[in-house]
Amino acid sequence: MNIIVCAKQVVDVSEIKVDSSTKKPILAGVPQKISDIDKNALEEAIKIKEKHGGKITVVTVGQSDAKERIKELLAMGADEGVLVVPPQNADYSVVSHILAGAIKKIGSYNIVLCGEASIDMFSGQMGPRVAGLLNIPQITYAQHVNVEKDKVISERNLGDKAVTIESPYPVLITVTKEINQPRLPSLMQILASSSKPIHEWPANDVASGKLEPKIKTIDIKGVPMARKNVIFKDDLDQSVTKLVDELAKVGVLR
Amino acid sequence: MVLVYSDDKKLTLELLNKGKELSKELGKKVTAICIGHDSFAKEYLEHGADNVIAAETDLHTFKAEEYASILEKIAKENNNEVILIGSNKNGKELAGRLAAKLDTGCVTDCINVHVKDNKIVTERMVYSGNAIAVEQFTSHPQIVTIPPKAFNPLPKNEGHKGEVIKKKFDFEKSPSKITKVQEMKTEGVSVEDAEIIVSCGRGFKNKDDIKLVRELADVLKGRTVGCSRPIAADLKWLSEDHWIGLSGHKVKPKLYIACGISGQIQHIAGMRDSGVIVAINKDPEALIFKSADYGIVGDLYQVIPKLTSAIKDKMG
Repeated sequence: MNIIVCAKQVVDVSEIKVDSSTKKPILAGVPQKISDIDKNALEEAIKIKEKHGGKITVVTVGQSDAKERIKELLAMGADEGVLVVPPQNADYSVVSHILAGAIKKIGSYNIVLCGEASIDMFSGQMGPRVAGLLNIPQITYAQHVNVEKDKVISERNLGDKAVTIESPYPVLITVTKEINQPRLPSLMQILASSSKPIHEWPANDVASGKLEPKIKTIDIKGVPMARKNVIFKDDLDQSVTKLVDELAKVGVLR
Repeated sequence: MVLVYSDDKKLTLELLNKGKELSKELGKKVTAICIGHDSFAKEYLEHGADNVIAAETDLHTFKAEEYASILEKIAKENNNEVILIGSNKNGKELAGRLAAKLDTGCVTDCINVHVKDNKIVTERMVYSGNAIAVEQFTSHPQIVTIPPKAFNPLPKNEGHKGEVIKKKFDFEKSPSKITKVQEMKTEGVSVEDAEIIVSCGRGFKNKDDIKLVRELADVLKGRTVGCSRPIAADLKWLSEDHWIGLSGHKVKPKLYIACGISGQIQHIAGMRDSGVIVAINKDPEALIFKSADYGIVGDLYQVIPKLTSAIKDKMG
């Protein structure tokens, strides 16, 4: 079973501070990591490999410092890494063409696994886009994956219902955060990962002629959050009375 | 032409309002799409659609590969400018695949959409609700997905008539098959529709203690209980229909009371549009107070019963 996992390097959103005057996020200096849900995708790949054998390749579209992050994925259990540095103005379309191109270059695969969305942009369109470009079936929001010889049986979580889908290979699956608990590599695994290869491919090689963005980012602006921030700190009875009076005054108690 | 599609009727009606507005600005018409039936066609026309395309197929269940193939055909035949898709889970996977097929741009979960220099400009929350990305299309068709409740439907106008175009479309069959559809365990809660929500988080020690929140919700006549991620996804004390946050439901009640919720940005992203936000937390440094109008620092096991009885007294 050959598996390709798409993993993105993102800023750690829980570490983002907001500029108090402009309300814009301060992104400079925020630590980078592999998007959480992509680690769930790799964990699922490792579980499949443990049962059925095969090879796991991780593909990352990102800056050259993402190599350090790819090493973590190799330590977890991926066999090889591929890094493609995108052109400067890469939108969702450009990245999807690079991923699809890299997957085609890797060649033989049964399953492509991705997170349902990245934790920074959370667009959720990358998996479906790549499946569309590869013209293979897609199973999104998978909360359960069961791999058999000729087909995969997977359960999609749609919130109000669970839909079970069977698909032949090759297939692209996006997973939810609930599907598993990603493992932490052991020291031995971390040491052993340094001998695993990371290939660097130029974007032009894998997605020549498809690197023109379809969308431009005009601004990343702050979120207006005008809250009163009134905190009642008196003794409890007084605080509760004051709160109830305020709520009645602003008209939400009726 | 502006195309509007969702597998959810209510969401389609909301999109039609925005679609109508965009189509006027672009000097085009707005068309609603039905796939596999035309039973909502009349309603779509009464809520602003200039016409309805009813794709006749023998498909009865949603598969993104097949629905994207049908929409691709419709979009190409009509030389579409804008495609609005309802941003539920099916809609998002449909939009992404369709964007690949049409080799065009797509922006998901837009909370604002307008026209500038004849191109669509969108706004969406990014970085876990810490910022808004403003993006503009440089290609077309322009695919935009819109979440529930972002816009209201237009009022019903029975006099608004239009054509219903029934047409067969060839599409690419998917080799996958749906073998089972199971209702997930829910308690029939619709947090999106609630006017008042009382929510619980990790501050609760036992599943039974959630009754404190229910009692408060009851006296508020809101009767709707929400929760943060750990309560629904990890501890499973409440079903996922209660879950409010980035991966759960996005809500905007007139009053939101967060009890024992620390205020991780993922949770804030789901409730930040609420009218009045109240936070109860024993940690004075809890992030939730930054996003609240009113807060009480204290042990929720003491605060909630007192608050419940005080509100009961106040409301008579």
